[in-house]
Amino acid sequence: MHLLVCGGTGCSASQSAKIVENLQLELKRQGQEDVQVILTGCFGFCEKGPIVKVMPDNTFYTEVKPEDAGEIVAEHVIKGRKVTRLLYTDPENKEHISDSKHMGFYKKQLRIALRNCGFIDPENIDEYVANDGYAAVAKVLTEMSAEQVIEEIKLSGLRGRGGGGFPTGLKWEIASKNHADQKYVVCNADEGDPGAFMDRSILEGDPHSVIEAMTINGFAIGATKGLIYIRAEYPLAIHRLQIAIGQAREYGLLGKNIFGSGFDFDIELRYGAGAFVCGEETALIHSMEGLRGEPTFKPPFPAQSGYLGKPTNVNNVETYANIPIIILKGANWFNKIGTEKSKGTKVFALAGQINNVGLIEVPMGITLREVIYEIGGGIKNGRAFKAVQTGGPSGGCLTEKHLDTPIDYDNLIAAGSMMGSGGMVVMDDTSCMVSIAKFYLEFTVEESCGKCTPCRVGNKRLHEILEKITKGNGTMEDLDALRNLAAVIKDTALCGLGQTSPNPVLSTLDNFGDEYLEHVKDKKCRAGVCKSLMKYVIDPEACVGCTACARNCPVNAIAGEKKMPHVINTELCIKCGACIERCKFNAISIK
Amino acid sequence: MIKVKLAEDKINKIKEICASFGNKGGEAINVLHKVQGEFGYLPAEVQEVIANELNVSVATIYGIVTFYSFFTMIPKGDHPISICMGTACYVRGSEKVLDEFKRQLKISIGETTPDGKFSLNCLRCVGACGLAPVVLIGEKVYGRVTTDKVKEIIGEYNA
Amino acid sequence: MMEYVNIIIDDKKIQAEKGQTILKAARAVGIEIPTLCYYELNGQKLENRPGGCRVCVVEVAGRKNLAPACATEVMEGMEIKTHSLRVVNARRTVVELLLSDHPASCLICSKSGNCELQSLAHKLGIRDIPFRGEQSMYKKDDSPAIIREMNKCIMCRRCETVCNKLQTVGALSAVNRGFMAVVAPAFEQDLVQSPCVMCGQCVQACPVGALSEVNQTRQVIHAINNPNKTVVVQTAPAVRVALGEEFGFEPGTIVTGKMAAALRRIGFDYVFDTDFAADLTIMEEGTELLGRISKFMAGDKSVRLPILTSCCPGWVNFFETNYPDMLDVPSTAKSPQQMFGAVAKNYWAEKIGIKREDMIVVSVMPCVAKKFECQRDEFKENGNPDVDYSITTRELAELIKQFNIDFNSLPEEDFDNPLGASTGAAVIFGATGGVIEAATRTAYEIFTGKSLEKVDFTALRGLEGVRSAEVDFNGTPIKIGIAHGLGNARKLLDMVRNGEANFHAIEVMACPGGCVGGAGQPFHHGDFSKVEKRFEAIYREDAGKPIRKSHENPYIKQLYEEFLGKPCGEKSHHLLHTHYFDKSKQIEVEG
Repeated sequence: MHLLVCGGTGCSASQSAKIVENLQLELKRQGQEDVQVILTGCFGFCEKGPIVKVMPDNTFYTEVKPEDAGEIVAEHVIKGRKVTRLLYTDPENKEHISDSKHMGFYKKQLRIALRNCGFIDPENIDEYVANDGYAAVAKVLTEMSAEQVIEEIKLSGLRGRGGGGFPTGLKWEIASKNHADQKYVVCNADEGDPGAFMDRSILEGDPHSVIEAMTINGFAIGATKGLIYIRAEYPLAIHRLQIAIGQAREYGLLGKNIFGSGFDFDIELRYGAGAFVCGEETALIHSMEGLRGEPTFKPPFPAQSGYLGKPTNVNNVETYANIPIIILKGANWFNKIGTEKSKGTKVFALAGQINNVGLIEVPMGITLREVIYEIGGGIKNGRAFKAVQTGGPSGGCLTEKHLDTPIDYDNLIAAGSMMGSGGMVVMDDTSCMVSIAKFYLEFTVEESCGKCTPCRVGNKRLHEILEKITKGNGTMEDLDALRNLAAVIKDTALCGLGQTSPNPVLSTLDNFGDEYLEHVKDKKCRAGVCKSLMKYVIDPEACVGCTACARNCPVNAIAGEKKMPHVINTELCIKCGACIERCKFNAISIK
Repeated sequence: MIKVKLAEDKINKIKEICASFGNKGGEAINVLHKVQGEFGYLPAEVQEVIANELNVSVATIYGIVTFYSFFTMIPKGDHPISICMGTACYVRGSEKVLDEFKRQLKISIGETTPDGKFSLNCLRCVGACGLAPVVLIGEKVYGRVTTDKVKEIIGEYNA
Repeated sequence: MMEYVNIIIDDKKIQAEKGQTILKAARAVGIEIPTLCYYELNGQKLENRPGGCRVCVVEVAGRKNLAPACATEVMEGMEIKTHSLRVVNARRTVVELLLSDHPASCLICSKSGNCELQSLAHKLGIRDIPFRGEQSMYKKDDSPAIIREMNKCIMCRRCETVCNKLQTVGALSAVNRGFMAVVAPAFEQDLVQSPCVMCGQCVQACPVGALSEVNQTRQVIHAINNPNKTVVVQTAPAVRVALGEEFGFEPGTIVTGKMAAALRRIGFDYVFDTDFAADLTIMEEGTELLGRISKFMAGDKSVRLPILTSCCPGWVNFFETNYPDMLDVPSTAKSPQQMFGAVAKNYWAEKIGIKREDMIVVSVMPCVAKKFECQRDEFKENGNPDVDYSITTRELAELIKQFNIDFNSLPEEDFDNPLGASTGAAVIFGATGGVIEAATRTAYEIFTGKSLEKVDFTALRGLEGVRSAEVDFNGTPIKIGIAHGLGNARKLLDMVRNGEANFHAIEVMACPGGCVGGAGQPFHHGDFSKVEKRFEAIYREDAGKPIRKSHENPYIKQLYEEFLGKPCGEKSHHLLHTHYFDKSKQIEVEG
């Protein structure tokens, strides 16, 4: 028997390390030293974290607290009785579910890239090896030619998971055909999409799969050096990668003459320093060269002239995580999963106003409805679904009418959004779609490198127009200007960041045009988000004069005698909403 | 001759770090990471010494420092506060939480309180979306933060 | 063997060189696609092609986005439209965006009439800026020579490229990002606090008025109209082959006579020539050179070779900043501008019976750095500068226009004597290689005691960035190095410093082409053929001169007889030689 405790960032934030410590103490105290406690990568079900899983009976405990350790050991480990109160409760029939595969959250998932996350100790190479780890690279180096590897990846239909969806095998083939004394393989781990954390989870939960895949990639294109460009803000992922690289070197899986094949390969880490644009491969390469991370025009593509001017292949973390298993199970296994043009699975960071926030992996072709209602468990607090945003700042907001669209690269683009790196944020009727567009534009404006005019000035102007609209000063001409400007930015910006930055504006204009019109014509924000368009008022009929609102108003804008109806001074009111939160009599409303 | 003055131990530390990267201009970002890790921030004099050691112009170093949001020329507070403004946190109200921190601490984003205790920054997605909205103080993560919890959280560090 | 591809541009079927950009292919058939950030100095290995402004976008059939013509290579069968509605709308919007972040102060801008943004806006028929929003605001930076008004910056990056790639000065870099991005010295300090050498090539390259020279025409007008002052003007050799461009003459037209006439009509009391001082420089520098070589050959270990020319103030600033260990290597001879000033205020003033304080010396220079040079403390006596004002060729054109002079119909007039008389050797100071050729003409005759049969040392001429030649001084080979452009100078100096190259003498000019390509010359907007034509004109002017060797200038002989004594004698040492300062940055221990 052993116990798996989630060590992902979310669960770590909820003291999962303390849980491990307490479990170990309790096991010792209760004489069960032979039971191992393993801190794993992310289980995905962040909403219900911290997660503790008891193996081999697959008991899935949710929302575990450090003080639950004693009971788990005494009851489950020693007596074999499940701790019912820590089991997941099905929201529909209120029954306890002990095995995760019967939970709505997991039922429709298919974990390929995340296959080891939550199952193995990421800091122990032996566990990875025990789960077929490094078998793929062994097969590649001892049984396959570089051409065969590329052919296999091409046949699998795997496309880049970082956003663009470029066929991975083809990318490798191009890099393999450019000859040079030195080539490079680069793993893009500069995950910067606000609301996506799949790469981080893979690196934290299964770092060896990326190392193995990069080695395979190196062999396929003839590169002996690998670089992982990772966000400096990911300390845990960096730590685990460093351990994994060290262990792989110790086992001879990195370094000279791997598996006696004569092939040398090693990996170094490079740190990003907080620039979203560095997710773009030319910018990433410049950043690795110690320069400002500004993109350059392609061609030349990195496959021709990349890091230090040498042919370079760049793939993202999730793409790499798929490679070893494709080699082991074969392209024909992989290409049976998914849709015609999008094979395999995709990891999404499911977040927002949804019941089951977490990291999910689903086969391509699943519908948004299935993801949101079955896996995601529907909208939080029973509110109405309004929109789902995919693709982060490059993507768009999809609506009710898209819910039955099968998710794949091409369908999402056709619907006005994109796959992106896999952020999926669900919104209910408390989200103002103009503000959402503004939120993304604010992000783009902040992250624009400033090199090209459309992105540097154009996005700034887009943001200013949106600001004007949310302040209630928008005109009908502004709506036309938004559209024209957005179209020109898409058409003329230098890099992928700029070319896709107007998508949140265009998709909300298309799908939520009436909300824009309301802001412009009626000066109304139906979601009650745009402060300039709202007024807080106290209903004198409903107010009992409890003074709770007045006491909690941060700017003393509420006056009134005790037990008498209170009044809000709208001049002073900063519309923070503190009064509404405190009012127990529903006397305060936004007009 | 224009003189740049810096304490001897600092100069030596920077030289040591630059040397560990072979004094190569292409390693500027790695060097800046290390040096900021050492001193907490990158004041002008420090950038001058780095430029000198790596044999690149100080304008280039400054260009890099101002490009990447991770690098700062302002010392952070003893307790750096970062509010996650990732989309998941945003739709769950992180902007209100940010406003409350600003109000309580009387500083804006990127600033440090006059007593040097707190500094305030935004960051994009820490990967704890299940706990949205999320606030980081130092390494500690606070999940499901609401405006009324802000005072209490700051209080933890004011004792 | 040149390879060609077939393309269609604007329905025209043409053959274009393989590997050529769309921009160049279009230009070759007379289709002028507008550009803004693109800047190339043909033959000088300088190209600024960030692909950032997006003004040159064109439509390429089959491509999703518009393509930047400056960065997109032609391919077989490519169909290009340079003015479709989509292109025109995009180009116009991009320029409108630039204008929305640009002060509309054209009426009083130094670049008005020469501004590439202004003419582009005019060409595109922009009569309104539909975008309103925040404008970038930066502190104005006034240096003794260059003014930076970055509110006008359009982030074309030309200055950054010129400063770092062409000149290797390293004063400027792109800083910040997004809308806040701008080109600036470190810490956004002023130029005087940076390693800027005031060469002004950034001013020459700037397409707008963000970078300009300090304008002193107003001070000059005041001086001319002050009845208590005698105003003397001197004009540098390169001015006479470029000034005509400001009045519609072809580049390379020699307008020496008209220029002298114009200066007289403006009201200068004495119209003299810097060429006179150039001849004087040869006497001093040539003597110094021969002295050093003789001592060196005699085995004097205290003598360092090569001798470096010191006429160019940008170059002087450059070695003071970057080669503080070599301050004893350059010639101590002052530049012609300063020699002229010293002679005018110490000899001519006395001769015409006025006090030096009552004489104003104005120089007309192809140069921006000369403004800095004449303000150096060592070139002042009791605070009174030897040269009071240094104006550029462009400023002189401005003066001529302000004085309502019809330049084209002016007669050809001569300079005044004695300080207006010069030889062909002096004229070639204006072109790279000219100073050293002039010195060679004189040094040869003094060294060998023989008269030169042929004064043209063609081996020293040319526009190659770094050149070297050996001149036979009657059996003694004298090795000469030449560099123009400070990046080339650095290459040459590093070789000397590392002992990889041995020269007796090196000539350096900071600007590409020498003074003909100076920063104070009429704007060439990246058309380097204009500089080449001025370069050719310099040698035509030389060939047409009756006397072509400095030591044969009768007025120079007279000056030595009447006043100076002998070259490098005590008086000339005091008046015509200078010393250098360490301007490097040194890290020092605090406390």
